[in-house]
Amino acid sequence: MTIAAVQSNPAPAILPGSGGMRGALSDLFWRRPKLLLLLMLLPPVLWLGIVYIGSLFALLAQSFFSIDEFSGLINREFTLKTYGDLFQAANLDIILRTVTMAALVTLASAIVAFPIAYYAARYARGRWKALFYLGVMLPLWSSYLVKIYAWKLILAKEGILTWLLAKLHLLWLLDAWLSLPIVGGNSLSVSFTGTFIVFVYVWLPFMILPVQAALERVPGNLVEASSDLGASPGQTFRNVLFPLALPGIVAGSIFTFSLTLGDYIIPQIIGTSRLFIGQAVYSQQGTAGNIPLAAAFTVVPIVIMGFYLWGAKRMGAFDAL
Amino acid sequence: MCANSPSFDPATELTGPMTSAVSFKQVSRHFGSVRAVDAVDLDIVPGEFFAMLGPSGSGKTTCLRLIAGFEQPTAGSISIFGERAEGVPPYRRNVNTVFQDYALFPHLNVLDNVAYGLMVKGVGKAERLKAAEEALSLVRLPGYGTRRPSQLSGGQRQRVALARALVNQPKVLLLDEPLGALDLKLRENMQEELKSLQKVLGITFVFVTHDQGEALSMADRVAVFNDGRIMQVGSPEDIYQRPKTRFVADFVGSSNVLPPDFVQRYSGQHRWGSLRPESIRVSSAASGDGVAARLVGTNYLGATTRLALDANGLMLHAVVPAGTSLPAEGEAVLLTFNRESLHLMDEPA
Amino acid sequence: MRSDRGQRAPLGLKIAAACGLLFLHLPILLIFVYAFTTEEKSFVWPPPGLTTQWFAVTWNRPDVWEALSLSVRVAAISTAIALVLGTLCAAAVSQTRFFGREAISLLVILPIALPGIITGIALRSAFALADIPFSFWTIVLGHATFCVVVVYNNAVARFRRTSGSMIEASMDLGADGFQTFRHVVLPNIATALLAGGMLAFALSFDEVIVTTFTAGQQQTVPIWMLEELIRPRQRPVTNVVAMVVVLVTLLPILLAYYLTRDGDQIAGSGK
Repeated sequence: MTIAAVQSNPAPAILPGSGGMRGALSDLFWRRPKLLLLLMLLPPVLWLGIVYIGSLFALLAQSFFSIDEFSGLINREFTLKTYGDLFQAANLDIILRTVTMAALVTLASAIVAFPIAYYAARYARGRWKALFYLGVMLPLWSSYLVKIYAWKLILAKEGILTWLLAKLHLLWLLDAWLSLPIVGGNSLSVSFTGTFIVFVYVWLPFMILPVQAALERVPGNLVEASSDLGASPGQTFRNVLFPLALPGIVAGSIFTFSLTLGDYIIPQIIGTSRLFIGQAVYSQQGTAGNIPLAAAFTVVPIVIMGFYLWGAKRMGAFDAL
Repeated sequence: MCANSPSFDPATELTGPMTSAVSFKQVSRHFGSVRAVDAVDLDIVPGEFFAMLGPSGSGKTTCLRLIAGFEQPTAGSISIFGERAEGVPPYRRNVNTVFQDYALFPHLNVLDNVAYGLMVKGVGKAERLKAAEEALSLVRLPGYGTRRPSQLSGGQRQRVALARALVNQPKVLLLDEPLGALDLKLRENMQEELKSLQKVLGITFVFVTHDQGEALSMADRVAVFNDGRIMQVGSPEDIYQRPKTRFVADFVGSSNVLPPDFVQRYSGQHRWGSLRPESIRVSSAASGDGVAARLVGTNYLGATTRLALDANGLMLHAVVPAGTSLPAEGEAVLLTFNRESLHLMDEPA
Repeated sequence: MRSDRGQRAPLGLKIAAACGLLFLHLPILLIFVYAFTTEEKSFVWPPPGLTTQWFAVTWNRPDVWEALSLSVRVAAISTAIALVLGTLCAAAVSQTRFFGREAISLLVILPIALPGIITGIALRSAFALADIPFSFWTIVLGHATFCVVVVYNNAVARFRRTSGSMIEASMDLGADGFQTFRHVVLPNIATALLAGGMLAFALSFDEVIVTTFTAGQQQTVPIWMLEELIRPRQRPVTNVVAMVVVLVTLLPILLAYYLTRDGDQIAGSGK
C-alpha cells in the first residue's frame, strides 16, 4: 500500500455499494434525508404529542364539563358553568392570593439574586467562577423536598431561628411580627411569611443564572465609563447596570413566577390553611373529586403565564435564557 | 480547451483518447432561487493540478462539493473517470477532500485520524497504521501519530488533513481553500510542497481558492468563476495575459480594463480591452505620442511602486520598478505602452 | 461582563454576595446535623446530643428500601427513554433545518415550562379518561416526558459545538451513515449524553409534584418524604433519608458538571 504507487492506481472512481441491509439502508437515508429526519423525529414527537399534548387537551376538555351537585358524578356535556364557579369570591381570593405571592417572591428573588449574579459575572475569575457556578447549581438541583424540610426545621417554634433570636435577645421582634395580621401566625412555619421565605429560597437559583448570563454580556468598561463620566454608584446602577440586567431579571422571573403559581407542596407544608391555586387544584381533583373545577383552575396559571411570556418576549428576555 | 502555455500541460502531453478525471455537462445546482452553479461545462484532465478561482459566492466551492458528492446537481450530469456520479453518496466515491477547517476528528489521535478511511473500509489494524505512518512521513510529520489534533499548529493540522485524504489513494483530491487559515510564510511553503507532492503522486488535484496569486502559481490550469458560471478556463498565463472578459481581467491580477472607445483609438477595433499595470510606462514629458494623464497617487510596494493615474476621467494603474524617477503627485504625465500588450477581450462592447 | 483582573469588588457587594450564597447553602448543611440528633420528637436546636443510631434504624426500615428501589428503577427507565428521545430530537433539530423546527423545541420544553401540577393533573385525567390503572409505568410515562428536555438541551449544545464538516469528512473518507454515527457522531456527543443522563436521573429521582398524580399507592423516595412531612412517624429516620437524598443527587450533578465544563453550559435550563 505505498502511496507513491498511486499514479497507476487501477481502482475504480466509483465504488460499488457495500451491499446488504446496512449498505442499502445507508444509501436510502443519504438519498432521502427527509425520510431519515422523519424517522428521527417520529418517536419524540409521537411520545410528547400523545402523552403530553394529548393529556393537556384531555385536561382542557374536562374544564368544559361540570359536576352534578347531588350525585357528585361528572356530567360530560359542554358547559361554561365550571368557569363561572371560578369567579366565586372564595376562588377569586385564592387566585389573587397566589398572584400576589408570586409577584412578591419574584421581586425578592431579584433583589437577593442580583449581588450574587453581579459578583459572579464581574469579579469572580477562574476557580472562583467555577465555585460560584457550582454554588448556584448544587442548591438548584438539590432535592426540592429536602430543601422544604430544612426550612421546616429552621422555622419551627422550637427550631434554629427561634434559638438564634433568643440568643440575640430579639425574640420580641419575632413575636411582634407574628402578631401582625395576614403575615403573622402561631409560628413562622405556619405563616405566610414562612411560605414566602421558602418560596424565595427554593426558586432563587432560577433567578441567579439568567441574571448572571445577562450581566456576562455587559462589557465591563461600560461601568467604568459611567463612573468616569461622573455618575455616582447609585446612578450607574440605575442608568446602566439595571437596564442591561433587566432582560435577565425578566427571564428569571418567568421561572419564579410560574413555579410559584403552580406549587402546592410548599404552602401545604409551611403555611396557613388558606389555599393557593396549586392546593386548590390538588384538593378539587383529590378529596372533592371535582375534576372539572380542578381543570378550570389549571387554566388560570396557563393564561397568566401566556400573557407573562408574551410580555417577556417583547422585552427580549428569551435571549437571556 | 485553450492550453497553449509552454509549461507542463497534461492536456497536450498525454496523447490518445483520455477520459476526463472529472467532467461536468451542463451542471446546475440551484438553492431555491439562487443559482449557485449555473449550466457549467468542465473537463479536468487526469493528473493535472486544477484550480477553481473566484470571489466568495461565485460557485467554486459548490462545484467542489458536487464532485465530492455533498451536493447533488439540480440538472446536468457529472462523471468521474468516465463513471456517472449523480446519486452516488460521498462514501462510495474514490475522491477525497481536504476541508477548509481541516475537519479532523477531535476524539481520535493523529494516527487514527489518518487511518480512518482505511479503518471503515475494513483494512486490518497493523496494515492501516503502517500506511497511516507512511502517509504522515509523506507530509513530513513522522512520529506525530500519538498527538491529538488540538495539540497541533494550524500548518500541522493541514498536513494531517492532507495525509488523511492521501492515504486512501483517491482518484481525485479536492482541496477547499486549504491554505486560507495559514499565515503568509507558511502558505508559501505549503504551496510549493503541495505542488511537488502532486507531481510525485500524479493524483488529479482540484483546488478551490479566492487568491489569484495562489491559483496562478500552483495550477496547471485555472477556471475563473463568477455568479455560478465559468468565465474562462486556461493556463495561468492565458488567464493572466489574455483575459476574455472584464471580470477576469479585473479579478486576476487587477488589469486596467479599457472601454471600447478608448481601445478603438489604439487598435482600431471597438472592443473592451485590458492592459496590465506593468505594461504602462510613465514619463513626465509634457506632450508626445501617448495618453495624457495626471498622477493622482503613489503607493510604495518595495520592489515596485504602484501609481494611480487619471487619464481624462479614466482611472488607470501602473506598476513601475522602484527607483524610477517620478513626477510629483498632481502633475501631468504621459503614458505609453506597446500595442501588443493591449489585449482585446471577447466580451461584446 | 469582562473587566480588568486587578479590580476589587466593593465591600458591600462582597458581603451581599456571600450572604446570598450562605442563604442558599446553610439550610442544606443543617440537614446533615439533624441526621445525627438524639432528639426524636421535635426539631429542637441545638441538638441535645449526637448519635449515629438512626442510620441503623433507617437501614432496617423496609419501607425506605422499597421507596428507594422504586425511585431508582423509575429514574433508570425514564432516563433511558429520555436519552433515546432527547438525542433523536436534538440530532434532528440541530443537523437539519426544516419547517416546524421551532415548534419541536417548544414541544420539548413545554413539560418543564408549565407548572408541574398542570403536567401532573393532565396525565392523571388522561389516565382516568383512558381507564389506565396506576402502575410503575404510569410513573415512568410522566418522568420520561419531562426528562427529555434535559438530555435534549445537553445534546443540542454539544451538536452546536461539533463542526458540521466532521460528518462530511467521515463520509468523504468512505464511512456510510451508520459507520459515521458509530465512529464520529457518538464519540463526540458521548460525554454530553452522559451528562444529560445524569441530570435526567437526578431530576426523576427528586420529582414529587407530577409523581403524586401518577403514582397511585406506590411510594417513590420523594413521595415517602412528603408523607413523612405531612404525617410524621419517626422524624430522625426522615432526617437520615433527607441527608442521603442530598448526597445521592449531589454526585450526578458534580459529574455532569465535570463532563461538560469546557464549553457547553448545562445551566438551570434543564430543570
